[in-house]
This record gives sequence, C-alpha cells and structure tokens, in this order.
Amino acid sequence: MELALVVHLLVVITIYGILAISLNLVVGATGLFNLGHAAFYGIGAYTSALLVKAGVPWLLAVLASMAMAGFVAFIIGIPTLRLVGDYLAVVTMGLGEITRAVFKNWISLTRGPMGLPGIPHASILGIEFDTADKYLILGIICLLITFVVAERILYSPFGRVLKGIREDEAAVQALGKNTYRYKMAVLVVGSAMAGLAGSLFAHYITFIDPSSFVMWLTFFIFLIIVLGGLGNNLGAVVVTVVFVALREGLRFVGLPLWLNPAALQQLIFGILLIIATIFVPRGLIPERKVVYE
Amino acid sequence: MEIFVQLLINGVIAGGTYALAAVGYSMVYGALKFINFAHGSIAMVGAYIAFVLVTMADVPLVPAFLGSMLLTAGLGVMVERVAYRPLRRAPKLASLTTAIAVSFVLDAAVMIIMGADIRTFSLTGMRSYQIGPIYITPVQGAIILTSLVFMVGLYGLLTRTKLGKAIRAVADGISLAEVSGIDTNLIISAVFAIGSALAAASGALIGMDTNLQPTMGFIITVKAFAAVVLGGLGNVWGAVVGAFLIGIVENTGVWFIPPVWKDSIAYGILILALFLRPSGIFGKKEEAQVTVL
Repeated sequence: MELALVVHLLVVITIYGILAISLNLVVGATGLFNLGHAAFYGIGAYTSALLVKAGVPWLLAVLASMAMAGFVAFIIGIPTLRLVGDYLAVVTMGLGEITRAVFKNWISLTRGPMGLPGIPHASILGIEFDTADKYLILGIICLLITFVVAERILYSPFGRVLKGIREDEAAVQALGKNTYRYKMAVLVVGSAMAGLAGSLFAHYITFIDPSSFVMWLTFFIFLIIVLGGLGNNLGAVVVTVVFVALREGLRFVGLPLWLNPAALQQLIFGILLIIATIFVPRGLIPERKVVYE
Repeated sequence: MEIFVQLLINGVIAGGTYALAAVGYSMVYGALKFINFAHGSIAMVGAYIAFVLVTMADVPLVPAFLGSMLLTAGLGVMVERVAYRPLRRAPKLASLTTAIAVSFVLDAAVMIIMGADIRTFSLTGMRSYQIGPIYITPVQGAIILTSLVFMVGLYGLLTRTKLGKAIRAVADGISLAEVSGIDTNLIISAVFAIGSALAAASGALIGMDTNLQPTMGFIITVKAFAAVVLGGLGNVWGAVVGAFLIGIVENTGVWFIPPVWKDSIAYGILILALFLRPSGIFGKKEEAQVTVL
C-alpha cells in the first residue's frame, strides 16, 4: 500500500472515530436507540459546506454546523425522547430518511442528487489544510477533543445518570432525576459531534451528495460501537481503525467481477454483528467498571 | 375528480400489500414484544423467490406464489432460530440489533445473487380493465382479492383454531402460556412462519404490480411498521386498518404535494401518530411512553 493511501485511511478513521464516539454517548452510554445518526452527520456536512461556499470562515462554519445538528436533534428529541426503545429506533430511522429526502429534493439549496462540488478545504486563520497530510493533523486534533469531552461526560456525575437511564430508567426517575432532560442533553451533544464529523468530511472530500448519508453508515458505526464495547470510547476508536482498514482492504482483494463489493461488505459486517451480539454482548473491550469508595 | 378516485383506488391497492406485511409484523410483536426489523427484507426475499420460480423455472404464477410463501415461511422460522431465540432473555437492544443485521444480510445476499438492478416480472398478456372512470390491472385486482382472503383466513385461524388460541395466549403473556403447558417455542415458530408467509405474499404482489429491487424491503418495513403503530402495537386488526389508512393517505397525498415526497408521507404519519396517540388508534394504554414529564 502506498503511503498516500494510508494517510487517506487515517483521515477517514479520524472522521469515523468522531462518529463512533458520538453515537457511543447516545447509544452505548445512555441506551437510546438512535438510528438517525447519519442525518446529523449530513446536516453538519451540508451546513458547513454551504456556509464556507458563501464565504464564511471554516472555524465559524464548523461551529454553526455543530449548532445546527444539535438544534435539529433538539427539535427531533422533543417528541421522540418520550418514547421507549423500539419506537425511538424506528422514528429516528424515519427522520434520518426524511432528512435525506430533504437533501435530495431541496434542489435550490443542496443541488439535490447532483451534490455540492468544489467545497473549499478547511482553513484556520489563514492556515489551509489542503493536503491529506495536513488534514490528518486537523482530524487528529478534532478526534482528541471529542474523545476527551466524551470521556469527561462519561465519568462525571452526569455520565453516571446516563448509564443509570440505560440500565433502568424508572429507577433513575424514582431517584428524582428528570430523565427526559438528560436524554435530551446527550442527544444534542452527540448530534453536535456528528455535525463536527460531517463538516470535517465535507471539507476533506470537497464533494458531498445525499448518498453519503445513508442509513448504512449509521449501521456501520453501530456495528463499531457494539463490537468495541458499548459505552467504551477507547474500544470504539480501536474498532474504527480495524473496520475502516478492513472495509477499504476488501477493495483490494481480487474479487470476481460478478461479486458486488458493497454487497459483500454489507454481508460480512451483518454476519459479524449477529455473531458479536449473541456471543460477545459486552464487546471486545468491555466498558470500564467504575468502583466507588 | 376522476383522478382522485383513481388515486383512492391506488391507495386501497397499496394498503392491501401493506396490510399483508403489517399483520405479520404485529403478530411477531404480540408474541415477542420486539420489532422485527427484518420483516420487510423477508418480504423482499419472498418476492425474489416468486420471481425466480416464475421467470427462471417457468413455474405458473399461482403455484410460484404459494411456493414462495412456503419457502419464505421456512426462512422466517430459521431467522428466529438463529438470530432472535438466543437473545430472548437479553436486553431489547440486542435483539433489535440482530434484527437490523439480519435485514442487511438478507438484502446483501439477494444483491449478490440476483444483482442490484431493478427486475420486473414482465407478465405478458395483461391489460388494464376499465371500470367506470378507473383503470385496474389484473395484478391489482389480485392484490385486493388476496389480501381480503388472507385477512379472513387469518381471522379464522386466530379465533377458531387451537393454534390461534395458543398464539393469542403467548401474546397475552409468554410465561403464563408456558406454565399452562403451551410449547411456546413452537408457537413462536408458527408465528414467524405465518408472518413470513404473508410477508412473502406482500412482497411478491408488490413485485408483480411494480418491480423488484434488493432494497425494497426497507420501505416495506417502514410502511408496515407505520401501519402497526397507527393501529396499536400488537393489535392485528388495528394494523390492517393502519395499513389501508397509510396506503390511501400517501396515494391521495400526491394530489396535494409533489410525488417525490410520497415515501416520506408514511414517516410523517408515523411520527405524528406517535406524538398524538402513542398507543395507536385501537391500542390499549401501553408502555409506549415511559417518560412522564
């Protein structure tokens, strides 16, 4: 493999790592079955791309895209966070698809299926991240910030309430916590992080279209956190590295022509997820146990 | 006005196919209290089995249709055995995860075997009949007839037979059914067999009416789920009403809004329904909502 390819993979890993950590906060730590994560990623990507194309500096645009993703999550959360697991799953899935329909059909803004080409590279105060090497530095910085923030949240009193909601929401309510507010807060934060990942993606690839934000992506990230150990951020990042490498690696195996590589990928990862859920329900790297004195 | 009547009839036809898928969905929910995300993909496999039998094995239409129902029933039983039964006592998140994984695996397998292209039955010698101002194809007539026959049959099965009694007993409470001497595993297998056979009927009819695609299962899942939620989870007859309601609303809806949003209408109805009346039109007050603010 060439070095350029490795660098490219690493950039993709930093972006997916942020997605994995953010979904882990929502699904892994809190147990909210959110299947619309790709939508927030897409909202971040489109917001940031459109703003920068209109002349807004990237640093402002990325904040705006996080705010936008968080705001949409807030609106979506109002009706859905009152619902239990399976309902929440299907509604977030539906909202994810509606969001994609908006990307596809609001042609005057998003150019629909033709996508947005020529998105400028990210730049901070005149420093342009216009090569993959430079972009990797930016990606790693963002991943580290996300990681630290997520860890701080998980191992704070706030994070303990989140895990309590996952284990037994009624019990947490009985302790006098307003679980709705906690769930809302974590959904907004997780979605804002996905918005950050979306912005990073848009300004790295420089072209986005609705097909980048399909449900398959949410599913892929889902598999990463289930295998990595729900609620464990380090596990999520480690499995991201393995999976992105595996996924890209599949492209270089000499597949027969009739074999659809995307379908093969989907088949392999689907079977892996079934096996993982049944046999290693706590993931390869289980969540750290916190012991209190 | 004539166009509106035609749209209404189209809605009833769509509703018939959704109803066939939705009753199975609802029965599975009744028995296991879990949403079988793979249900639409099972319907898709049924459609492809019918397609292969008709176009490649030269089996006449009606035996192919029944054969696909039989084979798909077997598939449904197998899926439950492999992916859901080991997790029956695990947290809900686990079986929901494997259900999504199963749907991805089925979609991918069909995509690999049959290709991702759109297929059509290309039924020759079929022409539309004109009844007053409306046009209806023989397939569409068959859809209305088949859904009616199967609904009546299912009603008979659930209310008049010993198996139906056992299914209802399991839905009321699985442990109680078990201590009464019912072989619950057998009954759950039966539920999956019946539900999957009806899903295959739905998929095959949709395939004959329009076309086949490996991704069609996802849309069937969403429509069926929306119907089930609208009718009240676990309430089989509510699901039928919900299915027709959704079929009619989304088909007459194109009268008012651009057709590109047609598939989003079901999501819209679903979200609205959950917001306004989470227990469904005919549902009992259930634990759809956990957070009482």
